[in-house]
Parts: sequence; C-alpha cells; structure tokens
Amino acid sequence: MLNKNIYLILIISFVFAISFWIGFNVNLLPAEASINAPIYDELFKILFIIGLIIFIGMTIAVIYSLFKFRKRNDQIGDGIALEGNLSLEIVWTIIPSIIVLLIGLYSYNIYDRMGGMRELNHNHEMMSSNTEKIWAGISQTSNNEIATNNLSIEVSAMQFAFLFNYPKGNFISGELHVPVDKKVSMKMESKDVIHAFWVPEFRIKQDIIPGQPTILNFTPTKVGKYPIICAELCGPYHGGMRASIIVEEESVYNEWFNKNKKPEVNL
Amino acid sequence: MTISIDQQKTNNESLQPKGWLRYFSFSLDHKVIGIQYLVCGFLFYLIGGTLASAIRIELASPMSDFMPRDVYNQVLTLHGTIMIFLWIVPVVNGAFGNYLIPFYVGARDMAFPRLNAVAFWLIPPSGLMLVASYFVEGAAQAGWTAYPPLSITTPQSGQIIWILSVLLLGGSSIFGGINFIATIIKLRRPGLKLMQLPMYCWAMLGTSLLVVLSTPVLAGTLILLSFDIIANTGFFNPVLGGNVVVYQHLFWFYSHPAVYIMVLPAFGLVSEILPVHARKPLFGYTTMVFSIMGIVVLGLVVWAHHMFTSGTPPWMRLFFTIATAFIAVPTGIKFFNWVATLWGGKISINSAMLFSCGFIINFVFGGITGVALAQVPFDIHVHDTYFVVAHFHYIVYGGTVFIIFSSIYHWFPKVTGKMLNEKLGILHFIITFIGFNLCFAPQHWLGLNGMPRRVAEYDPQFQFVNQISSLGALLMAISTIPFLINVFLSVRNGKDAGDNPWNALTPEWLTSSPPPVENWEGEAPLVEEPYGYGKKISEQK
Repeated sequence: MLNKNIYLILIISFVFAISFWIGFNVNLLPAEASINAPIYDELFKILFIIGLIIFIGMTIAVIYSLFKFRKRNDQIGDGIALEGNLSLEIVWTIIPSIIVLLIGLYSYNIYDRMGGMRELNHNHEMMSSNTEKIWAGISQTSNNEIATNNLSIEVSAMQFAFLFNYPKGNFISGELHVPVDKKVSMKMESKDVIHAFWVPEFRIKQDIIPGQPTILNFTPTKVGKYPIICAELCGPYHGGMRASIIVEEESVYNEWFNKNKKPEVNL
Repeated sequence: MTISIDQQKTNNESLQPKGWLRYFSFSLDHKVIGIQYLVCGFLFYLIGGTLASAIRIELASPMSDFMPRDVYNQVLTLHGTIMIFLWIVPVVNGAFGNYLIPFYVGARDMAFPRLNAVAFWLIPPSGLMLVASYFVEGAAQAGWTAYPPLSITTPQSGQIIWILSVLLLGGSSIFGGINFIATIIKLRRPGLKLMQLPMYCWAMLGTSLLVVLSTPVLAGTLILLSFDIIANTGFFNPVLGGNVVVYQHLFWFYSHPAVYIMVLPAFGLVSEILPVHARKPLFGYTTMVFSIMGIVVLGLVVWAHHMFTSGTPPWMRLFFTIATAFIAVPTGIKFFNWVATLWGGKISINSAMLFSCGFIINFVFGGITGVALAQVPFDIHVHDTYFVVAHFHYIVYGGTVFIIFSSIYHWFPKVTGKMLNEKLGILHFIITFIGFNLCFAPQHWLGLNGMPRRVAEYDPQFQFVNQISSLGALLMAISTIPFLINVFLSVRNGKDAGDNPWNALTPEWLTSSPPPVENWEGEAPLVEEPYGYGKKISEQK
C-alpha cells in the first residue's frame, strides 16, 4: 500500500513538473506590444499550466487504465462491482469548484486591470453629443485621464477597410499612426455590417457595430508595425480586410501628424 | 380506444414494405426510423466533410486561389449548418434516441410513432433544399450564425432558403424532443423506476428539455430575420432602427444550448458503452444524473459568452464568465466518473472502447480550452479566431463524432446481427485520431498568433501550420474509407453476432439481433440494474 502511494505521489509530481516546465518555457503568443499584453500573458500562463496538469493527468489515467486493466486472454468474468464512492465524488466536485471559482476571481482581477470595468465614456472635444450612450468596449482610462492626456481617434469600418479620423488634425488616414506609451482612445462605428478591430500584439478586440458606437482604449508600449485585423465575417473580402497600426516615437509621430494636418475650415 | 389504436397500427404495419425497402417508407417502427436518421445523417456528413476538405484545400495556401471568395463563404456556411443540423443533432438525438429509448424504458415503440416519422421525413427535403440553394443564386454566405446586417445584405434567395431549411430542421428537432420526453416519462414499463433507467435516458431527457425550451426561440428569431430580408422590416436592420445585438442574444439563447444538445446525448452513449466493455458498473450513477441536470440548467444561462467582444456591457461579460466556467464542474464530474468506471475493470480493447477513450482525451482538451475561453480577458484576444475553431471541433468532432463512431461499433451487431471487423475498426480509429489532432491542435496556435476564422486568405507566415492542418484533414477524409469498407463487407458477410455478443445487461441486448418489430417476443424484461456487472446477475449469463 505504501509502495502504491509513493508511485502515485511520484506520478503527480511528474505531471506538475512537466506542466510547469512547458508553461514557463513554451511561448505560444505573439510579441507583447501594449500595456494589456503582459497582463493577458500572465493569465494565459496560469490557465495554460492548470490546463496542462488536468489534461496530462487525465490522459495518463486513461492510457494507464487501458494497459493495466485490459482483459488478458485467459481472463473471464467481470471487474469489481464498484458502483461509486461518495467521498471521492464529493472531492472531485469540490476541488474543481474551487479551482473554477479562483480562476474566475483571478480573471476578474485581470479584466479590471485591463480596464474592462471602467465606465464607458468617450469624452471627445470634437463631438457635440458628449452624453451619447456607448454600448460596449474596453476603457483603459478613466474619464478625467481621457480629457487631459490622450489621443482621440474616430474609427469607421466599412466593407472592406478601416478609416481613421484624427479630429485634432482634421484628416483621415488609412493607416493608424500612434505615439508609443501614450493612451489612445478610439470611438468606433460601422457604416454597413459588423466588423471587429483586432491587434493580436495588443491582445485586444472589439466588434465595430452599425448603429451602436463602441469604444476601445489602449496604450502601445513597443515601437513597430502591427496588423489590424477584421475578426468578424463581413463579406467575401473579409480575409483581406486588414490595416496597419504604426507605433512610433513621439517626435516621429508628430512629424507625420503635422505633415497630414489640414487647417480647419470655418464656414 | 386502446384496441382501436392497436388495430390501426397493425393494419398499417401490414401495408408497410418489408426488407430494405422499409427504410424508404413512412415507417412507424422506431428502429427503422432510427436507422433512417443514422444513414441520412451519415450521407450529409459526407457532404459536409467534402465541404470541409474544400476549406482545407483553400487554406493550404495563403492566397484565395482555389475558389471564388463568395463561394468560400457559402462553403463555410453550408459546412457548419450541415454538420450541426443534419449530422450531429439528428444522429445523436434522432438516430440513437429512436433506436434505444423504447428498449430502455421497456416500450414497444415511441409515444407518438406518426410524429416520429414526420420528424424524420422533414430532414431529407430540408437538407436537399439547403444543398440545392447553391445552384439557385448561391447558398447563404453569412456563416451558420447568420448575423445581420450581413445576412440581410447578401443575396436573398440563399439566405431565405437557409432560414426555411433551419426552421424545418428545428421543427423536426422539437417534434423529436416532445416525443422523447413523453416516452421516457409516460411509457416506462410498470415497475421500472426513473433511477433505474440507463444513463442515456437521462441524457436524452435533459437534451429534450433543452430542445423544447430553446429551439422555439431560434425559430422566432429566424422568422423575424426573414421579415427583415423579405419585407424590409427593421427588427435587426440598423438602417431602419433595428438592433443587431438583440439578434445575437436571441440566436445564442438557442445556439449555446445547442452545444449541449450535441454533447449530452454523447455523454449518455459513452455511459452505456464504457461499462459493457470495461465489465464494471457505471461509477457514480446518481452524481451522473445530477450533473446532467446541472448542465441543462447552467446551459440555459451562459449564452452571452459568445458575445464578449460584441455589444455587451462589462457586468454582463462578468456574469457570463462565472456561469460558463461553472459548467466545467458537472462536466468534470462525468469525466472523473468515466475514468473511475475504467479503473479496476477487465477492459476489452476494441474499436468501441478506443473511440470512447479517444472521446475522453479529446473532450478534456476541448473542455480545458472552453474554460479558458469563458474568461472574458482571455476571450477578448482569441474570439473569432482559429483558436475558437479548434476548440469547438475538439468538442463536436473529437467529442461527439468520436462517440457516434464508438456507438456504431457498439450497436452494429444489435441492428444487423453481424459483427464489424475489429482490425478495420482499429485502423479507422488510429487514422481518425491522428488526423483529427493533426488537423485541429495546430489551429490553437494559429488563433493565438493572429489568424481570424472564416477567412479565405491569410498572412503567409501561417502557411506551414495551415498545411499541417490540411494534412490532418486529408487523413480524416481517408479515415472514412476503412469505415465504409468495414460496414459494407460486414453487412454482407460479417461474422454472426448472436443476440448479445458483448454480454451486456441493458434491455436492448435481451432480445434477438436484429430485434423483432415489437422489440420483444413476449413481455418486456424488467431490468432493475442495467449496470450490474461483477454481481450475480451478470455472472449467470
């Protein structure tokens, strides 16, 4: 009996060790280029390790049973008439409940840190209707922060392109240029069908819905060019509906901004 | 009154064709209807599989070069619709439910035999209509979810035929659900208690409750959508003041429970198969029953997890995260119980057992990615990507389809009186298992790294992984060949099975193979312990 327990403990520690090793050494995610990304990757790593422990453990249990308890040729009759074990069943109800609850609380914390629980307001100088109802989105900044220190962009999506309106510069661009380490606040609306704004390196996504503006705020942390991908089936050219987000140093960004800026026309 | 119905039934039966022709007739025999469902579903599986192969050929290269872009969208829409509504739902519910439930409750047929036949005969015309819509003006191309406004703006004829077809299939499903509930509750043989029923009855009871509660919502939604398309109403059309997010709520109110409509019966079937081949009682019968009912209740309140990146406020995102993640608890109980059923058994390693164990491994994997997807922050990155595609194929293919094959290997001897060839069966399992994992495991990585779903073209950096996935799809296509050869050879000259080749204790094995029209020559046997392996009753056999 003691022998058996030792084997069990050895196997369980082996499963844990290999799961942790894979969890910490195998990177399945693209580069981290926004404040959200490292937070997301933390959650991913934890879910990945827990998932591996359960998956490897269950797979070993199934394959072991198939070998250990397979019917040999000379055997007749049935296995043991074991119909259940209440305490064991209670254990494997309570432990998963606790794990699931902890994961839920932890992911609430992650979501909060990503700004998911912030109030959805998009304070916009150029817009007349400041009190407009915003339906959904991720807001990484509070109201006050938006008013003082952010870059506001209006995104419109249509089959099969994104257009980025820079209200302060009074121009529209097909490429999204943003300065690094600065909060960007986007208000998005669709002209026709549902689209989605996804930047894998930022770990954020939000549908762009006709008739209901959504908002998406983020802070890029790494200079570079990343794809903006439409993630909601929007028609035949859905796969080709892409744009680029170019994160650059503030000086480079300002140069680009000033080059494109148009004077406001007062009629 | 009873006599006149009985007479009517006997009269009708004398008019029914005999032999293989009865499978093409409006038969009232639940066993004939079950086989009709199975074969019809399998033919649509072959069509849906061909469409899947077309998708994987297109995705073997990053450019959209195999078929026109709008045809690609039609292909992915038809693939999803056919696999869900014409293969998995009718087969795990209609086929096995019709064949087995009357045996399990000790009845001679289903509660409403005519309704049963109507439910089946709605399927072939709506399926053919759906496939034929391709040749009219092109099939529907808004995906199986048919989100407006895309479904309103794409060519109308295809979308309307799609709606009509799904409405008929939903009707068929509701008729079936009512019939199963009535049969399980009212037609039980005297003396047979609910808690003595084989687990598949409980699974079908839970599934049928979901069907009856949620399918009408889908029907209503699609009728409103068709008004928007035909009559320019504005329920969901934003141009006319409609709300597209309301459609998503209504759609997923059915379509999330639909996942349980596809997997709960599979949970029931595997609970029948494992004890027989492991020669052990089903572990934890009572907890299994409660976990099925727990899944039914929770399954109705989790739909918005499909909409985490859509127009949903933060509190809603959070509620549905917790509710969804908790489904893992009753589901986990079932998986632990199945492994405990294997533990200490005398396991025959045959095709039915291998497919069931493949199911456990695949489904655990899909369940783990499911719990991860339930977490809002996790989902926001991978929603609508290949990660989700991989996840749900692990559930519906790695889970349910593996169990459909396992069940075919298990019950083929009962239905035909012939055994299937074990060597071909094991070959079928090996190719399917390798092909399936090769096809779908790499797709998790694709989704995490930036490949959205439902695209005909993609970033060239993903080409190599997509080609591995396509290779897996090729293996999956090849795997049906040994299966089909096996079925055809065994029907013609398979080894004689006898009445009870597995020495099983559930009631369908206590009659001849194939069973007589009224299921038993005499009284229906009273099976109080369908899983009494290792006890006296099974040793007497």
